[in-house]
Amino acid sequence: MTDSLSLFAADILSGRIQIIDLTQTLSPDFPTIVLPPEMGQCAPFRQEEISRYDSRGPAWYWNNFTCGEHTGTHFDAPCHWVSGRDLPNNAVDTIDVANFIAPAIVLDCSAETAADDDFLLTVEFMQAWEARYGRIPSGCWVLMRTDWSKRDPVAYANLRTDGAHNPGPTPEAVKWLVEERDIKGFGTETIGTDAGQAAHFTPPYPAHFYMHGKGRYGLQCLTKLDLLPPTGTLIVSAPLKIRNGSGSPLRVLALVSGAHTKP
Amino acid sequence: MTPRLQKPRHKSPVERTQQLPLLPSGRSRTAQGLTAAAARGEFALQVCRQCHTVQYPPRDVCSDCPSIDLVWQLVDDRGTLIAATDIAISNEVYFRERAPWRTGIVTMDCGPAVLAHLHRECRPECRVKLTLKLDRLGQGVMVALPIEDTVNMADDPLLREHSCDPKFRRMLITDGDSPVAQALAAKALQAGAELVLVGVANNWRPSAAREALGTMEGVELVPLDVTDYRSVEDLADQIGARVDILVNTAEYVRPGGSSHGRDMQRIRESMDVNYFGLARLAQCFGPAMRGRAADRANSACAWVNLLSVYALANLAPFGTFSESKAAAYSLSHALRGEMQSHGIRVINIFPGPIDDEWHQTLPAPKVAPSAVASAIIKALQDGVEDVYVGDIARDLFARWRDDPKALEREGAM
Repeated sequence: MTDSLSLFAADILSGRIQIIDLTQTLSPDFPTIVLPPEMGQCAPFRQEEISRYDSRGPAWYWNNFTCGEHTGTHFDAPCHWVSGRDLPNNAVDTIDVANFIAPAIVLDCSAETAADDDFLLTVEFMQAWEARYGRIPSGCWVLMRTDWSKRDPVAYANLRTDGAHNPGPTPEAVKWLVEERDIKGFGTETIGTDAGQAAHFTPPYPAHFYMHGKGRYGLQCLTKLDLLPPTGTLIVSAPLKIRNGSGSPLRVLALVSGAHTKP
Repeated sequence: MTPRLQKPRHKSPVERTQQLPLLPSGRSRTAQGLTAAAARGEFALQVCRQCHTVQYPPRDVCSDCPSIDLVWQLVDDRGTLIAATDIAISNEVYFRERAPWRTGIVTMDCGPAVLAHLHRECRPECRVKLTLKLDRLGQGVMVALPIEDTVNMADDPLLREHSCDPKFRRMLITDGDSPVAQALAAKALQAGAELVLVGVANNWRPSAAREALGTMEGVELVPLDVTDYRSVEDLADQIGARVDILVNTAEYVRPGGSSHGRDMQRIRESMDVNYFGLARLAQCFGPAMRGRAADRANSACAWVNLLSVYALANLAPFGTFSESKAAAYSLSHALRGEMQSHGIRVINIFPGPIDDEWHQTLPAPKVAPSAVASAIIKALQDGVEDVYVGDIARDLFARWRDDPKALEREGAM
């Protein structure tokens, strides 16, 4: 009982490793990304009963559900974006499963985003973070904490006459994370990995463009990032194995040492 | 003068809800012509093509010559009431409960004498106007009205019984974001509706229409998304027993046809709102409304579908939209069968292109949303079943009646 996996299992059993659910509940009320109405739209989550201990099936309860690959808390595969279309193993069914368990660091932007809905994560912000917590390791998830998940649905979508207003990274910040820090992917609490106004950036939607262009992944609509330490989290995030899927709703679990967690 | 209808008192929640008894039914196919005319709000009788005799009651052979060439056509609706009686006791439960029931014989200016239900202001030897109305089970019947409109005329119990007047009733408009919703809510309140409930979907999305509705006195916003069964079910569970008139304004309008490439999303979403949306509403609100069809003077009474005249004939530039409306049109017939035997009228509104953002590129004439709203209120007050709104809709309906195949080839333009 001394190999690392046995120790790990023992720590899970004893609670020395805590498991935190970073997933939003899939429900019809949860906002989906809004595109101009003449474009194709991501389907919201819908659930219809097959039977519920009734004439349709006397002893059993079950539902059919429908949603898009990018509904609720979901994983973005590289083929989601045009920049990643020609990469090998770029869909949820072909990505090496080793990528689905990876360490994560958390950038706490909650003070900045409380003051500014359009806060942009910059290289300078992350260099300041590194000065305090050390270099962002390669192969890790970078999770941007904004406390956006604590908002009500109206403030969460935050749609105004000129579109959505929510925080996200600058193009330079994403490029730096991919090229200088070689991260696994970028995760957010907001409806997408990009800022609400990122259509106006160069390139548009840089988190999608650079991340997926280099075969990296995205996680969005995460919650409870405030319970994670800046470093030392392990993320389990395996999307559904959808043939040539561009993404998938999924359960995202964070494993943290008990000593690090806040109440 | 008709005594003014008083606002019905609130019913005790432990009081039994009256049910609608059956009405005499069983009509020959020929006699259904009366129902067809009543459904459109027209006054039509059979006329002999040979001798021009106006026929009543409907028949297969002319009452005056041996011809069988009888055609339904609009005829003069005026006449003189020669005898009237108040029926105090009837073998029919429906009439017994509503006694005294006033009936009389009217000799029509165009020829026949008819037995008609009488508005209480019709006096013997006075001139009257005959109308064809749908009774509570949806069958065409003769109703005589005063020749000129009188004060509070619509409050007469007979007209109240044969219409779906919004006065003192509660209306649910299923989609507040419909261009028709705002005008409809305002006109319903003007017509005396007690309360207008307006459904709002995706509350997290801003909507100017919703904000305007939210500030209207007498309007209450309720969460409702016809694409989400649970949402429809939840609302029906909460307020289904408060809905006297349901108006389904939820519709999904997009240009495009069925063989336009790689666009199943648009096709599926069209059906999801325009057809499945109606099916979800029928599943959840149908039973609750059926149970309240005889619930005093402000009973549940009507279910209104905002269809499209292109449900009858496909408009190619809006092909998928037309298809989904045709599916809803067919559903409305089944729904009518299920609802009318319980006393709830299903009213179909067939507008031409509505002047909204999705018909932006279509040339005039287009129907103003407020005209659609007015047509809905009038249909309820008149108690008709089918309304074609706007010049395009009326023209298209006339061509459809004349020859559906020719209209198909004309492309419904």
